[in-house]
Amino acid sequence: MKFAALLKRSADWMAVTGQHGDIVMTSRVRLARNIEGIPFPGWAKKDDRVAILEQVRNRIKELPQMEDDAFAEELNKLAPIRKQVLVERHLISREQAAKGAGSAAIISPSQTLSIMINEEDHLRLQSIQPGLNLNKAYDLVDRVDTELEKSLHYAFDNHYGYLTACPTNLGTGMRASSMLHLPGLVLGDQINQVIQAVNKIGLAVRGLYGEGTEALANLFQVSNQHTLGEREGEIIARLEKVILQIINHERNARQKLGESKPEKLMDHVGRAYATLCFSHIIESKEALNHLSMLRLGTDMGLFPKERAALIDSLLMGIQPAHMQIKAKGKLAAEERDTLRAEILRGQLKCLPEPDTLLSGNDDSQPDSESESDDNTFDSPSESIDDE
Amino acid sequence: MTCDSCTAKEATVFLHQSVNGQVHKVNLCEECAQEKGVTNPTGFALTDLFEGIGSEQKSETPQNSMDEVCQTCGFTQTDFKKTGRLGCSDCFEIFGAGLEGLLKAMHKGTRHVGKVPARASEEKAREDQLSDLKVALESAVTEERYEDAASIRDQIQQLAKTAE
Repeated sequence: MKFAALLKRSADWMAVTGQHGDIVMTSRVRLARNIEGIPFPGWAKKDDRVAILEQVRNRIKELPQMEDDAFAEELNKLAPIRKQVLVERHLISREQAAKGAGSAAIISPSQTLSIMINEEDHLRLQSIQPGLNLNKAYDLVDRVDTELEKSLHYAFDNHYGYLTACPTNLGTGMRASSMLHLPGLVLGDQINQVIQAVNKIGLAVRGLYGEGTEALANLFQVSNQHTLGEREGEIIARLEKVILQIINHERNARQKLGESKPEKLMDHVGRAYATLCFSHIIESKEALNHLSMLRLGTDMGLFPKERAALIDSLLMGIQPAHMQIKAKGKLAAEERDTLRAEILRGQLKCLPEPDTLLSGNDDSQPDSESESDDNTFDSPSESIDDE
Repeated sequence: MTCDSCTAKEATVFLHQSVNGQVHKVNLCEECAQEKGVTNPTGFALTDLFEGIGSEQKSETPQNSMDEVCQTCGFTQTDFKKTGRLGCSDCFEIFGAGLEGLLKAMHKGTRHVGKVPARASEEKAREDQLSDLKVALESAVTEERYEDAASIRDQIQQLAKTAE
């Protein structure tokens, strides 16, 4: 698959709304693995890294998930702008984009599986799924791992488990996370309490791009901190349990907002709508935050439900590299901001004005009781409110 | 507020780390922050930044012969302190003992209980069997059951052969 094809095609997890899709955007599981006896990428010389790349890339290409037409590229051969697009799509990490010779990324056609070679560890296997579906993400990445270990000698110790460059990844080498959209908690000033409570349980809450980034568009990544001393299944179960609680809090916060302060909600949504529909120059940060309000508006019945997909695709599409790559020449910051506004105006033409009839008796209000059916996986396109 | 590292310039980069309620703070000037890779997208070891700055101020930690070295990749204890990472899989045998404290603070437990690669579980099974046989051999010899001892010895040799 060429880069152009990857760009054109939305990832399977981008086009579809998953379980609890009004709050959980995506779920991701990443496994870190290394080869026995060869220095880790951060310490290895270029020759070592290239040797690992050669050893590993063919094994990966043979995987059933990667066979037909996977995207495979060495990072020093990819133009910086393309690497940025991959980062924006969460297919590679920012660290990986900064790497040179010997590092590569291999991505499945559906873009639900991506493998990084020579990032912080020799191998990073990652799966992304729409909505709350950590088990499916783990399942996929686990199968790939089991398949790869047949032909590669993994660095493993009976005491420490899978050996990784950084001690924080020892043991299972697994980082499981979900991206949550929590505008209700943010507007209700409860987000800090929730973050602190989550931290106390041993989970990490991070911004849109992971470690060290701020929360844009009210999007928060909740992940496990510990990787050693627990089974993979236990870690995921605990993470999922906490996420369900956060979902509950968010739904309550939204309901409260809709019932006790409908004007505040409608004001945020209305202003966001107006700004996005009529701006001619807009920065990504502002645009993302407004899109978050539109997404909230859609979930709360102020916009038609079918528009959620459009808003989600805009969240991805207005990011800097995604836009730059579609333009002919190199865009200066202000030119990007102008283009962004143009795209938004165009795309949002089909979005009607927000419904101003928001009362507590509305049918379109999310039912706070129906979200505890957590173990049944509905078909992806079903939104929780249709139950 | 002056930079904690060079103590010369004005600090403009402020780092806070909060671990289980304990807060560590470091203030750096632009140059030192750049030097320590704070703005580097490839990341930096925050923990070691705190430890490193503290120890730099105390005294020169000499690179002496007490510094253990990994035979496979040449990584040293000092390297670990600087980067917060290890050099290769064999490093764990040498630096493993020193990691215990760090791991206890970082993780839920210090022993792996999750997935095991198929190859490793085979090897482990063989190891366990081998040590069981060795114990059996010793007791057979002690109890002067020499015929049993001989057959166990043969089993051990057989097992050792298949391991190669």
